[in-house]
Amino acid sequence: MRAASVAAGLEPIFTARGVRKVYEMGEVTVEALRGVDFDLFEGEFVVLLGPSGSGKSTLLNILGGLDVPTSGEVLYRDHDLTVADDAALTIYRRDHVGFVFQFYNLIPSLTALENVALVTDIVAHPMRPEEALALVGLGHRLDHFPAQLSGGEQQRVAIARAIAKRPEVLLCDEPTGSLDISTGVLVLEALERVNRELGTATAVITHNAAIAAMADRVVRLADGRVAGVQANTRKATARELQW
Amino acid sequence: MVTLARLRLLDRKLLRDLWAMKGQALAIAAVIAAGVTMYVTYLSNFDSLQRTRAAYYAEARFADVFASLTRAPAWLAGRIAAIPGVAAVDTRVVADVTLTVAGMTEPAVGRLISIPDRGAPGLNSVHLRRGRWIDPARPDEVLASERFCEAHGLAPGDAVSAVINGRYRRLTIVGVALSPEYVYAIRPGEIFPDARRFGVFWMNRAALGAAFNMEGAFNDVAAALGPGASEPAVVAELDRLLAPYGGRGAIPRSLQPSAWTLENELAQLQLFGFLVPAIFFGVAAFVLHVALTRALALQRAQIAAMKALGYATRTLAWHYIKWALVIAAAGAVAGVAAGAWLGAWFITIYNEFFRFPVLSYRLSGGVAAQAVAGSLTVAALGAVAAVRRAVRVPPAEAMRPEAPARYRRSLLERLSARLRPSLATRMVLRNLERQPGRALISTVGIAFAVAVLFVGLAFIDVMDALINEQFTRVMRQDATVAFVEPRAARAIYDVRHLPGVLDAEPLRTVPVRLRAGARARTLALTGLPDGAHLNRVVDRRGRAVPLPPQGLVLSEMLGVRLGVAPGDELQVEILEGRRPTRRVPVAMLVDDTLGLQAHMRLDELGRLLGEGDAISAVALTLDPARRDRFYDEVKVMPVVAGVELREATLQNFRETLAEHMNLSIFINVIFAAIIAFGVVYNSARVSLSERSRELASLRVLGFTRAEISLILLGELAVLTLAALPLGALIGELFGELIIAAFSNEIYRLSFVAEPATIAWSWLIVSAAAAVSGLLVRRRLDHLDLVAVLKTQE
Ligand SMILES: Nc1ncnc2c1ncn2[C@@H]1O[C@H](COP(=O)(O)OP(=O)(O)O)[C@@H](O)[C@H]1O
Ligand SMILES: [Mg+2]
Repeated sequence: MRAASVAAGLEPIFTARGVRKVYEMGEVTVEALRGVDFDLFEGEFVVLLGPSGSGKSTLLNILGGLDVPTSGEVLYRDHDLTVADDAALTIYRRDHVGFVFQFYNLIPSLTALENVALVTDIVAHPMRPEEALALVGLGHRLDHFPAQLSGGEQQRVAIARAIAKRPEVLLCDEPTGSLDISTGVLVLEALERVNRELGTATAVITHNAAIAAMADRVVRLADGRVAGVQANTRKATARELQW
Repeated sequence: MVTLARLRLLDRKLLRDLWAMKGQALAIAAVIAAGVTMYVTYLSNFDSLQRTRAAYYAEARFADVFASLTRAPAWLAGRIAAIPGVAAVDTRVVADVTLTVAGMTEPAVGRLISIPDRGAPGLNSVHLRRGRWIDPARPDEVLASERFCEAHGLAPGDAVSAVINGRYRRLTIVGVALSPEYVYAIRPGEIFPDARRFGVFWMNRAALGAAFNMEGAFNDVAAALGPGASEPAVVAELDRLLAPYGGRGAIPRSLQPSAWTLENELAQLQLFGFLVPAIFFGVAAFVLHVALTRALALQRAQIAAMKALGYATRTLAWHYIKWALVIAAAGAVAGVAAGAWLGAWFITIYNEFFRFPVLSYRLSGGVAAQAVAGSLTVAALGAVAAVRRAVRVPPAEAMRPEAPARYRRSLLERLSARLRPSLATRMVLRNLERQPGRALISTVGIAFAVAVLFVGLAFIDVMDALINEQFTRVMRQDATVAFVEPRAARAIYDVRHLPGVLDAEPLRTVPVRLRAGARARTLALTGLPDGAHLNRVVDRRGRAVPLPPQGLVLSEMLGVRLGVAPGDELQVEILEGRRPTRRVPVAMLVDDTLGLQAHMRLDELGRLLGEGDAISAVALTLDPARRDRFYDEVKVMPVVAGVELREATLQNFRETLAEHMNLSIFINVIFAAIIAFGVVYNSARVSLSERSRELASLRVLGFTRAEISLILLGELAVLTLAALPLGALIGELFGELIIAAFSNEIYRLSFVAEPATIAWSWLIVSAAAAVSGLLVRRRLDHLDLVAVLKTQE
């Protein structure tokens, strides 16, 4: 259903065309992306699926303004990310993008609340940190330091941190990669809820095919190329997932 | 085979790890290189000087015992030669005269020494540097000492005028010469050498004998001892023999002024060669320890993984110790090279003060090897504790993801809930508080940097204090006029009536030997009038010490040398006139700046000598406008043996000795600055590598470079601020230590530092911190965000 409405005229947030990324390491060159076309539409939940080394992180990093492609075109709405300089990319990340990483990357010296406040302090119209933490089900752990939280809780703090700025897009690189099933589900539920309630376009990288059932669309990468795009007619909820 | 391949792999890792931390490795290597440079510079100079001295003394047959006397018949030489233990004797005529040199208004002192009419002196050979030997038929030909000739631009063929026995004589210089007795040529009674105002001249025995009524007689003797001879016994016997002839007390070679100064200088050089590098090495070991501990903490997971893979703890420990050794070896090689270069330059400065026929620089393999071994040892010591702790990680650690470090609210926040510092401030505070030990160690490291700089700079203050003390507190006279022989007190009026004299004060100096049991020292005892205001006894704190009516006032150092305290009696053997021996109580010891001094009241001294109110010199102040006229008149006064001028002494001191001192101070400061920079840069880099993951995360979240720099540099700023006062404290301790070691018979300096010196050391370290901060900031700008986030560690 959703896929049909996407095709039926929602605005694209990202438009990537012919993206190539070549890493040069002395004499060896590694072609991480060999001409990838990719779109992400408003409100969409996309899963990027592919074996390790297929270029998923490289693509996500380029979309998030952490890296620049060797060639090709990457548009964020009508901004060309390929020509932005470092300062422009910093502002872009600050204002529009929420990141969630496999290893959480929380600041150990700040509490859950402060880790979220870290972001809300520097953007224009954030939600209150408490609100963001409540959204991921952590309204009761505000004053805990990362060391006092479980892995799943840390990852949910990371999600709260990413969404507190009300980003237009949430980019998650293997958010459940270092978690067990039940905690992974809690994290996915948080992502699902954010996507549904706030309408944040979300791209989630995984090599776990089961998660693909949650997506509006599944983009498969293999060997630096898009191997296939599949629209789900029915989205599973995080609770229904099995792996 | 397997272990070989494994080691090769580890070595490859070693090189890559070092390359990754090359900035830090370079900073640590620089600190080690600074220590090695100082060591090599000082000790290679020590070594070169010592070898040169030994060779010269042997080749020139430098005598072992010296004595001067009033006049003895030539036949006494045979009696001296017969003293058991004496292998050779050389008698001669020695006289000090006032000189007039073209282009110099003030008078200079010339020491005339006889050389045999035919053949070379049996002892204390004169080395002809330029020109020719004296023609025995020409009584006015002389050889002149090299430094004096250089100071005046004199060459063979030039002439000087001397007042000899009341008559003007023109002396023609035919050769420039050196002597083992005047390697360090200093005027009797002066503290610093003055090449312009003191020259040594060698003349025909016949000519000099005739001029001073010494035909068939001598007034100076030098003796060489045979193997196994007892020096004190020979000195005692010589004194006994010479006593009837006005002997002024024989001295062994160790107390001969030139040899004594050279020995003191060498001892000091050796001491500095150990002490200063020791401090630098200590700091280097500390910095290395800190850097390695932190670097290894970042490799914790790797170490655990390698252990899990089957690497032995020993293999890994050795691998990491090699990190330190490679860095130290690089520092040592650079240090030896720099030390050799600097040492060769230093020796040219020593060449200014110490005149040997050849003083060539030589860096012995031993010194270089010691320096390298020392730095490797220091590095290993610094590394071993850090490595031992790091390789203890259980291999299972590698299997677990590292738990986030535990933090809590900082003390500041806990104390006051209302206090809401910014998040960045909170991060800085909590970080510092979570690892107070680490913060302390970093602070101590930076404090060491402050300390070495502070000490280096403080030596300028110490020298200033010495000059100030000596030239404005102790010697307040503009000039001192010394008489050929002691004169009645009214001689002061003759001097007072010279043009330009404003104020005059009498002095009596007399050569004495002070004896306490087996310990003895030969020196000049000075009598000062009650309430003396020109020449005073001043303690190290700059307070004038009034002389008590009775008894001796000795420098503390002299008291220590003789083993006496106030109230003890000393045997005073007067080495002049009727040569009485008296027992005199020590009234007090003065903690003063200059080596070995003995004073008493002028009237008491007169009573002791049994000569009433005689004086031997007059201290005076001059009207600057009429100074030249004063010089002109005093130079031709027959009763005057010499004039010592404060201005000239001070200027000479500033130009020569101070210049040399300032150079070493300057070099110390440069190296201290290198250390300061190395330490601070290292701390900054260590924090950067520890925090890079966190900071990269912040960058990804959209923080600007300026914002994340603030977090990292804020921490550096706090540590640096805390280090400043601590560094001043440590510096004070180092300074006291060095000064205590520096004290010898020539000086007893006090460690003093002006507030400005502290401020400068703080400023330089802060600047080093700022530059390090900027360099680190540049690295922050190049932080690879993707790479940092890709892996867990
Ligand atoms: N910084 C880099 N330098 C060189 N090669 C890289 C770098 N980052 C990624 N690659 C290579 O690019 C390819 C794609 O990597 P990545 O996007 O991380 O894969 P994925 O996230 O799908 O596992 C891999 O072959 C990887 O080795
Ligand atoms: Mg990846």
